[in-house]
Amino acid sequence: MAILAKMFTALRGGATEAGQSVVDHQALRILDQEMRDAEKELAEAKSQLAEVMAQRKGVEREVARLKAAVAEHEDYAAKALEKGDETLAGEVCERIAHYEDELNLQEQAHAQYETGVNQLKRSIKSTERNIAAMRRQVSMVKATEKVQKASAAANARFSGTNSSLSSATDSLERIKKRQQERADRMEAAASLAKEEEGGELDQRLKDAGIVSGGAKGSDIMDRIRAKRGGNA
Amino acid sequence: MDIKLLRETLDEFTSENGFTFAARPADGDDAIEVVVEDRDEFPIMVSTDDEQILCMTYLWDEGQVKPESRTDLLTALLEMNVPLPLSSFGKIGDRYVVFGALAAGSTIGDVVTELEALSDNTLEAIEVVSPYLN
Repeated sequence: MAILAKMFTALRGGATEAGQSVVDHQALRILDQEMRDAEKELAEAKSQLAEVMAQRKGVEREVARLKAAVAEHEDYAAKALEKGDETLAGEVCERIAHYEDELNLQEQAHAQYETGVNQLKRSIKSTERNIAAMRRQVSMVKATEKVQKASAAANARFSGTNSSLSSATDSLERIKKRQQERADRMEAAASLAKEEEGGELDQRLKDAGIVSGGAKGSDIMDRIRAKRGGNA
Repeated sequence: MDIKLLRETLDEFTSENGFTFAARPADGDDAIEVVVEDRDEFPIMVSTDDEQILCMTYLWDEGQVKPESRTDLLTALLEMNVPLPLSSFGKIGDRYVVFGALAAGSTIGDVVTELEALSDNTLEAIEVVSPYLN
């Protein structure tokens, strides 16, 4: 069964036009139908198998019955011969011949049923495999369609149209740029944090009088006064 | 896996590897659209059914392929397909996709791993094939 070929048709049949489904619904319906048909066939084959097995059982019983009858009548014939009744023994032997013919036929029928059972079992197995494969493929196509339908909406959001995808390389560049910007921002934030931390430490050192607090207006005034006083 | 539960779990979720996801319903409640933070251009569509969870991102369409480089592009995609972790390339209509499929019984953690890989693979694949694209 050329399932893959059919799937290929189903996928290809999907128009590339915007908004149209990728899945050829006709092909999908056909596949669904084929799957249902195969399932029906399978059910039929199973009930056929049950029937054939029942018939085989019936034939087996018949074979056993005939074999017992042959043995029984051979016994009768022997007894008749013991009594010297050749005519009776001859009649019994006729009947045995009849039984043996019948037995022969039944044994042939049994062999045929046996073959039938094996064939049916094989065919059931292969039908089951086919159905499982078809089910997987149909589910794949349906899943693809679901995703495709959802994707059409997504495309529309980015490109303003769902007739074509926005440029993959441009998109990649945008993403890379964004990632770079984010990395730069993080770096800047980190160095800013570092600076702030440093500035805070300086202030604390000044407050503690460990480093000089820088020039102050009053200090300069004192310095100038001292100079003038020195000159005077 | 229940798609609604998946969406609620993924939305505003930050993975161990630092990926932050946003998830919203797409196509009713049948699928979800997952966006990895800062990679809004390549949303990941996630849908589930009885068999599998399918995660897929659209890459580019046929119109973006330089006609003279098409064979090189296709060869590159085939060659990348095998070593590419967890994802594969495909094509739907005239659109190229990268996708990953998980068994329906996968855990949320499995899905997150898949989404991270798919998002990274998307960017890397475009980087590799960008000489063949307009």
